[in-house]
Amino acid sequence: MNTWKEWIFTTDHKRVGVLYLIGSLAAFGVAGIMALLMRWELTSIGPTLTENPSTYNVWLYAHGAVMILGFQIPALTGFFANYCIPLMIGAKDVAFPRLNAFSVWLFYVGIVLAVLTFFIPDPPDIMWTAYPPYSTITSGNTAFYTFTVLILGFASILGGVNFLTTVAYMRAPGMSWNKLNIFVWCTVAAFVLQLIFVPVLGTAVTLISFDKYLGTSFFDPARGGDVLIYQNLFWFYSHPAVYVIFLPFIGVVYEIVATFARNRVFNYKMVVYGGIFGIVGLSGVVWVHHLYVTGMADWIRIGQMVTTLLISVPVGFTVIGLVGTLYKGAISFETPMLYALGVIFLFLIGGLTGIPLAITSLTLHLSDTYYVVGHFHYVMAVAGTFAIFGGVYYWFPKITGRMYSETMGKLGFWITFAGTNVVFWIMMDIGVKGMPRRYFDYAHFPQFENAHQWMTGGAALIGVGFALAVINWIVGAARGAKAADNPWGSQSLEWTTQTPPPPGNWKDVPTIREEWDPYAYAQR
Amino acid sequence: MRKHLLAACAAAAATASRAAEAIRDPAAGWDRLWHEVIIDISILGVAFALITAWFVLRYRRRNPNEVGRAEKLTAAAAVGWTVIPMFVFMADDFFLAANGWQLWNAYRQPPAERIEIKLESGMYSWDYTYPNGVKAQNVLKVPAGKPVLLRMTSRDTIHSHFIPDFRVKEDSMPGRVTFMWFYPQKPGEHIVTCAEYCGIMHSYMVGKVVVVPEAEFAAWYAQEEKKLADGGRQTKKAGA
Repeated sequence: MNTWKEWIFTTDHKRVGVLYLIGSLAAFGVAGIMALLMRWELTSIGPTLTENPSTYNVWLYAHGAVMILGFQIPALTGFFANYCIPLMIGAKDVAFPRLNAFSVWLFYVGIVLAVLTFFIPDPPDIMWTAYPPYSTITSGNTAFYTFTVLILGFASILGGVNFLTTVAYMRAPGMSWNKLNIFVWCTVAAFVLQLIFVPVLGTAVTLISFDKYLGTSFFDPARGGDVLIYQNLFWFYSHPAVYVIFLPFIGVVYEIVATFARNRVFNYKMVVYGGIFGIVGLSGVVWVHHLYVTGMADWIRIGQMVTTLLISVPVGFTVIGLVGTLYKGAISFETPMLYALGVIFLFLIGGLTGIPLAITSLTLHLSDTYYVVGHFHYVMAVAGTFAIFGGVYYWFPKITGRMYSETMGKLGFWITFAGTNVVFWIMMDIGVKGMPRRYFDYAHFPQFENAHQWMTGGAALIGVGFALAVINWIVGAARGAKAADNPWGSQSLEWTTQTPPPPGNWKDVPTIREEWDPYAYAQR
Repeated sequence: MRKHLLAACAAAAATASRAAEAIRDPAAGWDRLWHEVIIDISILGVAFALITAWFVLRYRRRNPNEVGRAEKLTAAAAVGWTVIPMFVFMADDFFLAANGWQLWNAYRQPPAERIEIKLESGMYSWDYTYPNGVKAQNVLKVPAGKPVLLRMTSRDTIHSHFIPDFRVKEDSMPGRVTFMWFYPQKPGEHIVTCAEYCGIMHSYMVGKVVVVPEAEFAAWYAQEEKKLADGGRQTKKAGA
């Protein structure tokens, strides 16, 4: 009884982090099942699993909204940030522990709201983008969507305030900015983006509910509104949201790669000041590439084609830094490293297949097809999820004090990796051939039926692989062998405390020596 | 030497005129640019993948206590490793942007000798109106060899008129008028499908473009126009 209370009333950043992890993995499970249901539905032309297109549309809505808002963002900026940042900067906790506890419980309210989608009579069927006019005339419950977004957004803003303060004021003595882990920089950048852009999303989704329930006409052209204003507001947040996911996940991958290559991060300052800062700088001026075929003015379509292509420069820096870290390393291939290398591969494909989507004239054909869906799953959805799974494996010994099964970990990785490439490679291929997205049925594209069946098979593999990983963690946390304080031989600060870290993290707050660096391996 | 230069100039001119020729039909221009971009990104992807694979194989840990040997970059090397990739990426970006822009300009300036048709989309049909007032639903009959421009709007939610065979789509939405055009070369049928989630039956919002020889189209067009006029007269009579 006492332990339950300890968890519910906890203000310890590590426990709050674990609460975020459990909540976001539950969300991942729900949204993953939605994906499997959709794939099952699409196995054959015509109704397969359900007769009702509405049911499919609700799955599609729930899959997108829950994966992004309930799984990836909370896992990355909730779990990893909470667990790792105070340990990495040598702090005893975050700046505002009670605010932190409040935000994790707000997040749980958001998750419960999202899951209630399946139990209310009129679930939202408006996709995670909720474009009006459909979202304002549907019989689905748009207010549910609005409140879910507002609550999760509020939790995220509180997290942002908390972590920016923590990193700015609570670094251990001697921990200068240029000694911060790449992950810390990435998370700081992600929270800066959240603080700037979440309010815009909040505004947009509030206005659609105003239009639907209170009779306003922000987006109703018949009464002086404009449908495109919503799309601009929505993507003004939701494109930076891609970097809110990308930055922390690439940060996790940096930590894993540096540790398992036991090597210095290649060109640290290029990665931080060129890559991470560059992404933050450009992220707010590229949203129109989501609106290339909506009849926006030509000058802005062309202008943001150029800015979108230029994003390749900072993103290229982060990839060069990652690959460069392997150079002259001493690489070993435990499960976390496999996931990290998997991310490099998936991100390479996903990043490069994004280049055609930056080019206005090519999107005339590619926009809203399976090509887009395949691309963003490679670059952000699956790459991000691989990074999250790799990161959980990587810090698993520190969090639980026990080891997972290496064999099962590797098996799970290879099964998921194979399934991923089957599903999303085929998806991009039939997208280029004309398969539109968000289709319950594809009766007028019978030539794609075979491809859809292959994708369903691949999706089953992905499901099995991820399930193996989760089972591995549960078994490992309960009965794994005891872990050492620093099983990977990492230099990073979080591995220098005992395993698992006690409340307050350190017996004595560490003092950072001049020559110390989280990636200084060669000096030893 | 001079001869070579001249040959090179001629080749460049030929390429340029081929480019102009291709862009007369945006679909052909699309295919050409797509292949160019695919080659471009494949080179980048293969290069990065090979380098990564080589590092992974070459720098395996050979004994448990081994650590990485990378030294800290000198200031000059750090700047070089930042500025050189930056210029390489930017060069590629501007090359692609210029090509994309060229095709875009061609696409946004439809030929003057076009046939212009109004489209109103609604849940879940495509309603076309020809210049002479003839209406058609979901089946758009057009003549071969003539550019077709659609001026589009919607009476309810946002739809997107997508013709995969002509590599073109554009949203139609209430309160705004957008346009798209395509250049059917020879007779045939082409699927039209909705590419913007517009409601429950989104995936059933389908139609087709039927391209027929010019003479056949002219005959059909005149006949429909006559029917329309007769129909109008009859309605008037009935009213009187």
